[in-house]
Formats: sequence, C-alpha cells, structure tokens
Amino acid sequence: MAATLSPPRILPSGDAAITVEFSRNIDDEANRRVLALDRLLASAPIEGVTETVPTYRSLLVHYDPVRIDFETLGAKLTALAQQPSNQGAAARRWRIPVTYGGEHGIDLEDTAKALNLSTDTLIARHVGAAYRVAMIGFTPGWSYLSGLDPTLELSRRQSPRPLTPPGTISVGGVQTGIQCIAGPSGWHLLGRTPVRTYQFRRDPVFLLEPGDEVTLYAIDAKEFAECDRAAERGEIVAELMAS
Amino acid sequence: MSKLVVNTVGPATSVQDAGRYGAQRYGLTPSGAMDLLGLAAANCVAGNPVFSAAIEIGPLGASLTVRDGTVRIALAGARRSATAGDHAIAMYQSVILAEGETLTLGAARDGAFSYLAIEGGVQGEPMFGSLAVNTRAGLGSPYPRALQSGDEIPVATASVSAERAIVIPARSEGPVRVVLGPQDDEFSSEAVQLFLDGEWKISGTSDRMGYRLEGPAIRHLYGHNIVSDGTVNGSIQVPGSGQPIVLMPDRGTSGGYPKIATVIGADLGRFAQIPAGRGFRFKAVSMAEAQTEARAMAELMRSLPGRLREPTGFDLDIEALQNANVAGAAVNAFDAGTWQPENSSGGHQP
Repeated sequence: MAATLSPPRILPSGDAAITVEFSRNIDDEANRRVLALDRLLASAPIEGVTETVPTYRSLLVHYDPVRIDFETLGAKLTALAQQPSNQGAAARRWRIPVTYGGEHGIDLEDTAKALNLSTDTLIARHVGAAYRVAMIGFTPGWSYLSGLDPTLELSRRQSPRPLTPPGTISVGGVQTGIQCIAGPSGWHLLGRTPVRTYQFRRDPVFLLEPGDEVTLYAIDAKEFAECDRAAERGEIVAELMAS
Repeated sequence: MSKLVVNTVGPATSVQDAGRYGAQRYGLTPSGAMDLLGLAAANCVAGNPVFSAAIEIGPLGASLTVRDGTVRIALAGARRSATAGDHAIAMYQSVILAEGETLTLGAARDGAFSYLAIEGGVQGEPMFGSLAVNTRAGLGSPYPRALQSGDEIPVATASVSAERAIVIPARSEGPVRVVLGPQDDEFSSEAVQLFLDGEWKISGTSDRMGYRLEGPAIRHLYGHNIVSDGTVNGSIQVPGSGQPIVLMPDRGTSGGYPKIATVIGADLGRFAQIPAGRGFRFKAVSMAEAQTEARAMAELMRSLPGRLREPTGFDLDIEALQNANVAGAAVNAFDAGTWQPENSSGGHQP
C-alpha cells in the first residue's frame, strides 16, 4: 500500500480561489507535487474549478463559488494532493537557442564579475544545466526555469529596469527564466532567445507548458538574427526532442 | 455598420468585456471590466448580453461622434455628466444618437469608471474569446491599447425597438470587505490589525494593473520577498514600502510580495469605483459570508434582464436635478453616483 504524502496548506485567495501550498520555498519536490496535482485536476476535473495556475511551490485553483464552496473544494484538493503522484506523463524536452552577451545580454560581463567567473565559464554553466519549466507567469509566456547552477545565484538588481527586451534570458536569485514580451525586470540580462514562448497568431500560441524540460544552446548574433526573422513569421525555432 | 469616432478622451479609457480567462497558467492576464456590474447594467439596457464588449470610460471625460448611421447607447457605472447636442443623457436608460451627433461625457463625479454600451456591442476580432484591451500583451480589439483621439470604433446600427431603463439596488457604502490570506501569516497580528483599522486612500498613480494604497505602513515579519505565487483580482500585496497594492484585472498572474488579504468578489467593482484620494476602510469577513455575498452578486447579475422596464414618462434629466440641488430619493435608483451621498461640506467636484 502506497504511503500518503504530507498534506499541503489550503490557503484562501479570496472567495473564488484556493492556494494549495506545498512549500514556502523554491523546492523541486514541492514543484513536482504542484505539477502532479495540476495533472490530476486536468485528467479528472472537479465541478466548479475554472482554471489552475501552477507556480514553484503552490497551485492556485480558481473556482466558481456558486458551484462549489471553499470547505468542499479544500477537502477534495487536500485528498488529491496526498495521492502518490503518477509519474506516467513523460515530460516534453525542448532545445532553445540563446545568444549571450553584447547588445543581447547587457549584464553578462557585470554578472560574471559579480560571480567571480569568466564570461565563458558563466555561459558554459548556464548552457550546461538541465532545466524544467517550474511555472509560467507574470506576463504571457514568462517561463521560470528551475535547475540553475548554484554557482550562478545572484540577488536581483537594486532597482528593476522598467523595460527589458522580448526574449530576454536572465538570472535573479536562484532562478533563471525566459521572458517573452518586453516588460519590467529586476533580473540580470545574460542573453536573448529568438524563440517566442507566446505568439498570438501561431499554433500553438503558448509553446512551453509547466513541467516541460529545457536545455539551452548558444548561437551567435548572426544566427539570432536569422532565427528571429523566422520566428517573426511564426516558425517555432525551438527544437522539440524525441522523448 | 455605424461607428463612434473618438474626438477627445482621457487616460484609462478602453474597450472591455468580462475578460479572458483560462490561460493564466501561461501568464495571460485576464483584463476585463473594473466594475462588472456597471458593464452588465449598461449592456442589459442597451439590449446586449451582459458581458458584451463596451467602452470603459476612465475618470476623465470623453467626446465621441456618431458616423455612418444611428446608434443606441446606454451608460452605467460612475456618475458623470452626459450630453448629446443640447440635451442631457440619463444614465441607466437607453437612447438613440443620430448620425453626426456628439456624445460629450464629463469627468466621473463619484466613482472612477463608467460603461458606455452600444446596442449590438463593440465590433472587433476576439482574442482568446475577448475584445478586452491588455496593452502590455498587445491584446484587444478594435485597438490593442487605450483609446486615443481619432480612433474609430465599429458598432452596430441601432435597431427599431423601444427604449429601456433599469433600476438596480443601491450598493453598500460600508467598508471594503476582505478575506484574510493567503499570506497573512507573513505579518504580525498587530500589523494585520493596523491594516484593518487604518484609513486608506487610493493613490493617483493607480491604474488597471493595481490600486496603490496610502495609509499606515504595514510591516512584514520576515521581509517582503516571497517565492512568486499566483494572484487573483483583489489580491492585496504588501511590497517593501509597507503601502499595499490591490491587484486589478490587468495584474500579473503571479507576484512575489506577501498578500495579506483579498477583496471579496462581491466588493471588487465597488472598490474599483472608489475615487483616488477618498478615505475608506477594510473589514475582514468569514469565508462563509464572502461566498454568500458572491452568490448574491451572481444572482443580481442574472436578475438584470428581469429588471428592465420602460423609461419613466418624464424626461429624466439627472444633471439638471443635481445642479438644482434637489437630487434625492427620487433619482437614486437610476444613478449609481447618487447611492453614495457626497460630503455635504464644500464643493462636489473631485
């Protein structure tokens, strides 16, 4: 008989959403449980649940309080979250090109200095890691990756930049990520990818799913320009690996 | 097909409907009307499904001219002066504007957002099932941004049908109700009490993403950084400054500040209508009360079509009544603005 897992915290986010919290920290095991609960809810929907938002450490479950109440849904989620997870769903694996440094990554050199590394070592360690999409949030397609090499951890900038370019690849604290559309950011900008994780008129509109595995590879500025034009036309330019 | 041509317009005026839900897991902000009841009432009077796309008019005024045909409009939400030519337009009542007529809307007098619904709805290309404008994501139709002078909004030509009016119940004037959490345990009980006891004002730097509050500084127990997690409309996050920000429909779908409480769904529209600078308070309620209120609000939304009636026989000119200072119970039901009596001291302009 399989042992049940520890219960999550059932936290109210107003009267129409529950935060199912597995950890207060960035925690790989917690994120796996978030994604497992998310998959369970997708495969066996609960009447009244309208959408779910996986994050590093919690699953936000939106619901319609006309159709189900907090107590009932909280009890169901608690029970589901303690089921041993079914690892059946194989993660998709993506290879994503990145141009590091120069105009595409204006913080590369400063970040390397702050970490006491050469830029080559920094790039090698950033490219070399196996990442997983822990969550997508803030703005469309902004994909937070877990798996950053611990030697690349660096606290965020003192003052966020009001506007950073689309496709920015950056690091902040223990996190790294792929930003899709231009927007504010307090992270350190290492490079850019031509891949659009979100593109309205493309199929699929959203490229990455929480739980997808991601590896990066370096390309030069010329290749970036070519891929960028292809991506603008609606090509995906990321590589989906056979799993 | 008729159109409305924007002559002049203030900030924060955009096409909105109920928003786009279902893709918050990809970071897609829902957007949608700041005051859903205002949107629903305007649409209902105009003869539309309650969550059709309408024009959300920001706190300042606007002027629009009808071209290529007649249009039937209805106004709801924050009270403001409305005229077409030399006649006043009553709120919560449909009216036809002829080709060439110009609708002139004043600044919101008591509230922030009004809804200008057009019979047949705003015409546009739905994106994720919605015309709602989300400037940052480049979404919305007919323009993926706030309205500007010169914009032309395609709308249906008015049908031949009777004019209608609606009476909706007065909104509470009480404190804005919240449910504590999800991260109220990031604050001492004294800090939570300060949040609940304090008098707050909405800062003028607020927008459709968030309302910044000014009041007592709310201190965190363990610092202001938490690991980002999901947000909802009404999440009250407390950044390092200790001055809370209430997240509104253009919010980021996740955020990294502790959220002390959440505005209950039934009070969100009322909260969105609090004008910048006016004092208000919060009150914590139980989940049971919040969900009872949510169901009551859903029932009110469903009841709107049944509340339609013929306009009253006399030419109800609210502005004229207001200006003559005789506005009292007689017009309450027709005008959201009169639900909250203005301060008797001093002038009534913001």
